[in-house]
Amino acid sequence: MAESGALTDRLREHRLILRYADEPGYSQDIDCYLRHGGYEQLRKALSMDPAAIVAEVKASGLRGRGGAGFPTGTKWGFIDHTKNRKPVYLLCNADESEPGTFKDRQIIYKDPHQLLEGMIIASYANRAHLAYIYIRGEMVRGAQILERALAEARAKNFLGTNILGSGYDLDIFVFRGAGAYICGEETGLIESLEGKRAYPRIKPPYFPAALGLYLCPTIVNNVETLCNVKHIVEMGGAAFAKIGTPNNTGTRIWCVSGDVRRPGYYEYDCGAITLGELLYDVCGGIRDGNRLKAVIPGGSSAKVLRAGEIYRVQRKKPDGSAEEIEMRLEDLPLDFDTIAASGSMSGSGGVIVMDHTRDMVECLSNLSAFYAHESCGQCTPCREGALWMHKILRRMVGGGARPEDPQLLLDVSGQIAGRTICAFGEACSWPVESFVAKFREEFEAKATAAQESESLSRAC
Amino acid sequence: MALIKNPFDHDLTPADAPLVHVQLDGQWVEVPRGLNVIEVARRFGKLIPHYCYHPKLSIAGNCRMCLFEMGTPKLGPDRKPILDAEGRPVLQWMPRPQIACATTAFEGIGIRTNSPLVESCQEGVLEFLLLNHPLDCPICDQAGECKLQEYAFDYGKGRSRFGEEKVKKPKRVDIGPRILLDDERCILCTRCIRFARELAGEDCLGITERGGYNRLSVYPDKRFTSNYSLNTADICPVGALTTKDFRFRMRVWFLKETESICVDCATGCNVTVGSREGIVYRLTPRVNEAVNSHWMCDQGRLGFHPIHSKHRVLEPGRRADGRLFPGEWPLLLRQVAEALRKLDPSSLALLVSARMTNEELFLVRQLRDLLQGDGEIFTEVVPRKGKADGLLRSDDLNPNSRGARILGIGTDGERLPELRKGIEEGKIRALFCLHEDAAGAGVPEALLSGLVLLVWQGILADRSSEIAHWVLPGASFAEKNGTMVNRAGRLQRIQQAIPTPGRAKEDIRILRGLILALGGEDFGQSGPEVFAKMAARIPAFQGLSWVGVGNQGVTLPGEVQ
Repeated sequence: MAESGALTDRLREHRLILRYADEPGYSQDIDCYLRHGGYEQLRKALSMDPAAIVAEVKASGLRGRGGAGFPTGTKWGFIDHTKNRKPVYLLCNADESEPGTFKDRQIIYKDPHQLLEGMIIASYANRAHLAYIYIRGEMVRGAQILERALAEARAKNFLGTNILGSGYDLDIFVFRGAGAYICGEETGLIESLEGKRAYPRIKPPYFPAALGLYLCPTIVNNVETLCNVKHIVEMGGAAFAKIGTPNNTGTRIWCVSGDVRRPGYYEYDCGAITLGELLYDVCGGIRDGNRLKAVIPGGSSAKVLRAGEIYRVQRKKPDGSAEEIEMRLEDLPLDFDTIAASGSMSGSGGVIVMDHTRDMVECLSNLSAFYAHESCGQCTPCREGALWMHKILRRMVGGGARPEDPQLLLDVSGQIAGRTICAFGEACSWPVESFVAKFREEFEAKATAAQESESLSRAC
Repeated sequence: MALIKNPFDHDLTPADAPLVHVQLDGQWVEVPRGLNVIEVARRFGKLIPHYCYHPKLSIAGNCRMCLFEMGTPKLGPDRKPILDAEGRPVLQWMPRPQIACATTAFEGIGIRTNSPLVESCQEGVLEFLLLNHPLDCPICDQAGECKLQEYAFDYGKGRSRFGEEKVKKPKRVDIGPRILLDDERCILCTRCIRFARELAGEDCLGITERGGYNRLSVYPDKRFTSNYSLNTADICPVGALTTKDFRFRMRVWFLKETESICVDCATGCNVTVGSREGIVYRLTPRVNEAVNSHWMCDQGRLGFHPIHSKHRVLEPGRRADGRLFPGEWPLLLRQVAEALRKLDPSSLALLVSARMTNEELFLVRQLRDLLQGDGEIFTEVVPRKGKADGLLRSDDLNPNSRGARILGIGTDGERLPELRKGIEEGKIRALFCLHEDAAGAGVPEALLSGLVLLVWQGILADRSSEIAHWVLPGASFAEKNGTMVNRAGRLQRIQQAIPTPGRAKEDIRILRGLILALGGEDFGQSGPEVFAKMAARIPAFQGLSWVGVGNQGVTLPGEVQ
């Protein structure tokens, strides 16, 4: 946790979602939640028209916190309730598995009722009468906490039939995954929830809003996204939109891991602080007095940013006109759009920091091992390519690098991205593409070293 | 409509589908709306390579071989398509390639099947598919008809950049009584899984493991026992699924392919007979959307084996003093004709098979008319009943019962009991068995041996042939030309794939020999010749020609149920 005393006001956290999470004495009990104003927004929401809530969410500019940053209100607007005759399902994606990301876990473990309240409001807004929390299999305690919270909510009629006398019925169930990263892909999640192998579906035609769970319209939202819904109802969409910067509204929880003095999770308004401020001021700088080498800004699937890079970033001036400015890595504001403009993405908010002692080939080999292991294997490029890239990298780390390897890695990653069923293709190829492109000399050095040691051993 | 209901018919469009304009590789063409892009290209002679797509199965979209570049009409400020000088919409091309199997035609869609992006996608996918493939083509049965081989040649790089250790997977996995799996060859297209689930109705195949270690498996404690299991070997684009029957028997490029039909039941599935040097090696289903679509049952597929049985009768002969003496055909046929002529017609019965062709049955009918004069010669076929399975198999196991009815030879064996009664009462004293065993049809051997004349014509030795006075070896379905009428009233051709073995003779020639010896008319000595004469005389076949029947058959107007 940041030692707020040491920070200026500007750098002090603004906690919205994690407001009470780390307060001493705050517990997962529903009574504690109620004492802190819990379920008040649900009462308010139930008195509103569902369409009005969707309109507020649209007005809030809330973007999905799972990784893609898709506008939540737009997603909700895909279901045409005047024509739809099928049941609507709301799914909470709690399959948080992106390496470097650990924000949803904090919410579930520390403030589960906030998620439930957000979910009930979102279900009401989308006219869903059945919702599921798909939680990562490894989070056993999280599932237990949610089960208990659901029972508490049911007992108090925040769930069940005729919720708080409003005539609205809803139940929520926890579904535990079985330990696969791909279950976090929304259509893979739906397949898994249906009891099948979590093979992502082809889009078109299987867009969840049209043909989702059991081929019915389905909304899939991230844990943090759903929590935000509660706050949007509380303050109104327009007020929420004032938090952060235009098109980058609300707060975000940044999960910092790696070579910083104080890794952890920090909640800030979107774009309120820069990457440099997060690393050097909030997290206390690089560990052991080392130098920063690289940052992955949005979970392991995001492209790596190299220390010392200068980005040309389009920015909107207050008068509405666009200007292009140059920015150092440290100056990048932590939001969606600027990080995207730097060629990476803010993704799930998992900031992974690497200092100058890190061997980038080893780092990438480690990442590629994850993706080779987690590829579902449904479609050809990802199934074969992810494992191939890992085998090349493992060989390079093991001293068997060849001069053609860096280019081969680039070629292989280029043959995957954009050609697969789901975004896993990009997730596994972007790190490879960016690591090799930005640290090519390290990859080439591996080949040179391997050749030298071979000629030495031949000479002996 | 086919006699089997396919779960999907991606290649067929409803007749009322409106036409839309599609730009295919720069050319504007018209196609029915909703037709998928692979089929759009196919209709204009372009192949979009694919592995997982099959027109009769659900869309999986997993092989990524059919990626194409897609364009959509560019919209102006008024949200209407911008038109070029020729009034065609101006297209904008999507940066990401799309899969052709899951994209359907709409007004103004642009399709590029051979752009640099598409070629790079195809090359990439092929390189990936070949990474862990064992490349054991020299010992693989699929070689020669393998889509991996063909596409690697057409779209591949020519060499691999893969220098790592390949993934090891199970080989020779016994997943069912008739089928074997080689997981290393499998490209995980899931066609077989979808076939088992959607068509065979036996959901027993799935993928286990994960990622690069994915492999096809049969469910625990289950076997792929479906009577349609061998279709998966046909639709398997590589050599992962092979039939135990054909495995290692013959290189496919040596096989002569003859278009024919299966004679195992009244459905008459269209088949390709694969033969070499007088031996049939396999039957594979041949597409006919009016009969079997793309499929056939295992039983029918393996039903050809008796033609190479060691019990095949290969020598014509005459039995005297309990011993069979081989003889020359012309002499034997004259002797049989003479023996038949001497009989009182009413004492003769013809036991005919509904497995014979229309042409043969027509000649039997001519022979009967020639012999019977004013009397009546008893004629009937032997019924064979099985169980219909709701897919392709019929409950009638005779392939030409309808033909026998049309030609007035028999009525599904309704009168068969009269045969035994007639022999018992002494009214019938002579019997001519054509491809049927009288003993098997309910006439005790003791009665048969009491007959003054027993002539046997057929292919496999049976109890009747053991005691027949004359034995005339005929031809199997693979050794002759002819037509049959299936259960839906469709007239279809069987065609000769191999010559008759030994001194066996095509049945048309045997019957012609007898008719000529009895002073009858010459109806020709080949299937097409007899067919022409038959079509002129039998109203049901009026106006039909051998060529007109074609390799897909024609439905007889009066025979549709």
